[in-house]
Amino acid sequence: MEWDWEFARSILPTLLQGFRITLLATFLGAIVAAVLGLVFAILRRSPNRWLARITGFVVEFIRGTPLLVQLYFIFYVLPDIGISLPALTAGVIGMGLHYATYAAEVYRGGIEAVPRGQWEAARATNLTTRQTWTHVVLPQAVPPMIPAMANYLLAMFKETPLLSAITVVELMNQAKSVANSSYRYVEPMTLVGVMFLIVSVISVIALRWLERRFGRIPRQ
Amino acid sequence: MGDWAGYLALILQGAWITVKLTVMGSALALVVAFAAGLARVSGSAALRWIATIYIEFFRGTSIFVQLFWIYFVLPMTGIQLSPMQAGVMALGLNVGAYGAEVVRGAILAVPRDQSEACVACNLTRFQRMRHVILPQALPLMLPTFGNNAIELLKATSVVSLISLSDMTFQAQVVRSQTGSTLLPFATILLLYFAMSSAISFGMRRLERRVTRGLDGVR
Repeated sequence: MEWDWEFARSILPTLLQGFRITLLATFLGAIVAAVLGLVFAILRRSPNRWLARITGFVVEFIRGTPLLVQLYFIFYVLPDIGISLPALTAGVIGMGLHYATYAAEVYRGGIEAVPRGQWEAARATNLTTRQTWTHVVLPQAVPPMIPAMANYLLAMFKETPLLSAITVVELMNQAKSVANSSYRYVEPMTLVGVMFLIVSVISVIALRWLERRFGRIPRQ
Repeated sequence: MGDWAGYLALILQGAWITVKLTVMGSALALVVAFAAGLARVSGSAALRWIATIYIEFFRGTSIFVQLFWIYFVLPMTGIQLSPMQAGVMALGLNVGAYGAEVVRGAILAVPRDQSEACVACNLTRFQRMRHVILPQALPLMLPTFGNNAIELLKATSVVSLISLSDMTFQAQVVRSQTGSTLLPFATILLLYFAMSSAISFGMRRLERRVTRGLDGVR
């Protein structure tokens, strides 16, 4: 089958429309992941051992199961117990929850990378807990987290096509419906691939810059 | 509710497909990872370029897009693949690209003087890789390979979307036949978790086995 430029050009506006939803879902999912990840990280450090252990198990469970199945779970099971969510909301929660478990590890790694001596020095100079966090720990913990976080942001962006499985009309779903109505798969699928590739190549360049600028967390 | 045993059997059939996909996909990923990872550190610029393009391409797009491309677009060029073949190919090539970077990183992490010592001892390039560099690089790769294998297991759920009857697909079948949602999805979540726990357990065992005797060196 030949590549048809005319057809490719004609479906581009439809695809770009889906692309906007893709970006929106990534953006909202990232916010959910950043906030929930922090919650997970704090709960895991909690002095209450049971709370810490249960959080640890939940995080491991979410990390050990596929995002697609989690999306199905949120989209199909929750309505049965009375929580009906629009597809996009369900998708954002699912993606946010999944990547929150990865973000939690980044938070943990960043905080633990601050040497013990820093905590002790803060205590010795009589800083309050709040001052210790805002003036000593966080300024040292956050910069190395940035590249790792950006990495997961990119990973999440690439996972957004899964949302099409729970009927979110994002880029992949637009491409599928174009393909199904015109019986041409080559152009829509290739264009989707190209769009993802363009964004991720740009992001990888930005990521390299972030890594040079802020350094990276050494792998455990 | 009486038919639950039958539906469970259906899900277990799907679990078998998931296991097969994971094993075959991992095997392909391992081969591809070493081929591309070694090409990335090879002396030939052409090989390095090909490997880099392959890696950036497969890491830059998602497994879902690649799978659809392989399944729907490749047949138009005359390459007809069964869903199983397309699934294994997409999984292997995708995870292989991530694995290639792990292989490269581990090889580069072996101290330079090891290579220099090999040159001094007049070992060939092959002997150097086979007997000196790789045995030291392998333990560095294993933990990340374990994570990659779990990512691959999780990615197998995506093949249900090209109508391969894996565990996720069967859960959807059960859902549409019974209208029950909690049971099928909770069951497969537990099964996936059991499988990924098994992988990480096996990987830890393997790690201990490979690092045995290296304590004094590192």
